[in-house]
Amino acid sequence: MPDDLILETREVTKEFRGFVAVAGVSLKVKRGSIHGLIGPNGAGKTTMFNLLTRFLPVTRGTILHRGEDVTRMPPAQVARRGVVRSFQISAVFGSLTALENVRIALQRPLGTSFRFWAPSRSLSVLDDRARALLADVDLQDLADVPAGELPYGRKRALELATTLALEPEVLLLDEPTAGMGHEDVGRVAELIKRVARGRTVLMVEHNLSVVADLCDTITVLARGSVLAEGSYAQVSADPSVREAYIGSAA
Amino acid sequence: MRRVWSGQAVFMGWASLVALGVAAPFVVYPVFAMNVLVMALFASALNLLLGYAGLLSFGHAAFLGSAAYVTGLAAKTWGFGVLLSMATGVAVAAALGLVFGLLALRRSGIYFAMITLGLAQVVYFLVVQMPWTGGEDGLQGIPRGKLLGFLDLGDSFAMYFFTYAVFLAAFWLIQRTIDSPFGQVLRAIRENEPRAISLGYDVQRYKLLAFVLSAALAGLAGSLKAIAMQFATLGDVAWQRSGEVVLMTLLGGMGTVLGPSVGVLLVVTMENYLASLGSWVTVITGAVFVVMVMAFRRGVVGEIQALLSRRS
Repeated sequence: MPDDLILETREVTKEFRGFVAVAGVSLKVKRGSIHGLIGPNGAGKTTMFNLLTRFLPVTRGTILHRGEDVTRMPPAQVARRGVVRSFQISAVFGSLTALENVRIALQRPLGTSFRFWAPSRSLSVLDDRARALLADVDLQDLADVPAGELPYGRKRALELATTLALEPEVLLLDEPTAGMGHEDVGRVAELIKRVARGRTVLMVEHNLSVVADLCDTITVLARGSVLAEGSYAQVSADPSVREAYIGSAA
Repeated sequence: MRRVWSGQAVFMGWASLVALGVAAPFVVYPVFAMNVLVMALFASALNLLLGYAGLLSFGHAAFLGSAAYVTGLAAKTWGFGVLLSMATGVAVAAALGLVFGLLALRRSGIYFAMITLGLAQVVYFLVVQMPWTGGEDGLQGIPRGKLLGFLDLGDSFAMYFFTYAVFLAAFWLIQRTIDSPFGQVLRAIRENEPRAISLGYDVQRYKLLAFVLSAALAGLAGSLKAIAMQFATLGDVAWQRSGEVVLMTLLGGMGTVLGPSVGVLLVVTMENYLASLGSWVTVITGAVFVVMVMAFRRGVVGEIQALLSRRS
């Protein structure tokens, strides 16, 4: 049973000075699935992400990765275990080129990242792999452009390429299509579908058509608790889910 | 911006830097030139931390000063040679940097700066209290000695060229650090720390190494100062010195290769040639700084670079 659960939370709670952002959430993410996390604003989705990746300390509860307790592990170590997140606001290194952005992710396993006396040329052995990753997201022609100068949709694509460079086992995507135009949304959705093969994806997403299209399992959060869970058809038929959405949409 | 510079431009830059340094002692007093070099190295060391790691230290005088005192002690009392004395000073500054870094890096932003300032005040207090430092009088009469046993540094030209060689080597090391695998990670951390963490980097360890490197290089400047000027004084460990070097770096342009040196050259030249105006020098320096920060935030070199890249 724990074998096919790659990520699990047990009764996880997060309090900020008395305000309960996440209240006893138990989440089971199956290996190889695309799992959606949806809910109205303030439901605790991003907080949940921050807890899972250890960017925020958990107040109570347990987080398991591959059945091992990672509740107290430092965030960088969780990332090195293969649980890698993206950010709501596109997170690229602005003054570095697209190629250098991807290389940052590739260079750590090289073991030379503390070498201040080595020339940066020594990283060029990674260029071929970096270019291949850029090509995967259609950025091959923009490899030498500083990331800060890329249009928004391209930044998100670059962020994805950088994340994929780590060959993550679990991908946590925080609103991958937020703020995107229609055609970009389609492109990113395609991309997610493609990269999800052989991986597990947990994503927070507001665009319900993307969720309906991509996700095998959907968990609906509202006010820090799980409201419903199941396939898109199941949760969208749930009256309490409808109420939560309409209640917050006003 | 780094990509704009071709290999040829970099070579020309180094060539003119070398030419300028070789000509300097024939144009100005060697002691004046050495003072500029020492401070330029100090500011460049700070810039490595401030401009490339995004960490504002307000206690860098502790590294400059402690290295100056220890180098003086080693050369004068223990009878160490020039290089060994300087190495001892640098080692002490680096060790101090490790302690400062371990404590200060637990916080960020203004709190980080305040902890470095506080720790630097502790070092100042220790220097005042310890008998071997000479207290208010400072440590006087540090021998220059002979480099490697034969080159007499008592000659001010020889001393100048030794200072200049050390400066160039350190300046090269700083450039290399910025443009190294480590420098890449440092830039990534400065631009987006959470993202760097999410890529599996233990960012604190990278910041700590940057801090220790910066402290060691600031210590090198202090060691060089002790040998070149033949004294170490409380002014070298005082908080004013820490503030001054931040000011000079900002004036010249933080995060630029030459900015700190240009800033130092401007301020030291003003202080030197306007010395006849007495305390008005401080007022003028202050006014220049205020104008620069209000109108030209990127500093002298930063503004020139921005202008050039806009044109191309």
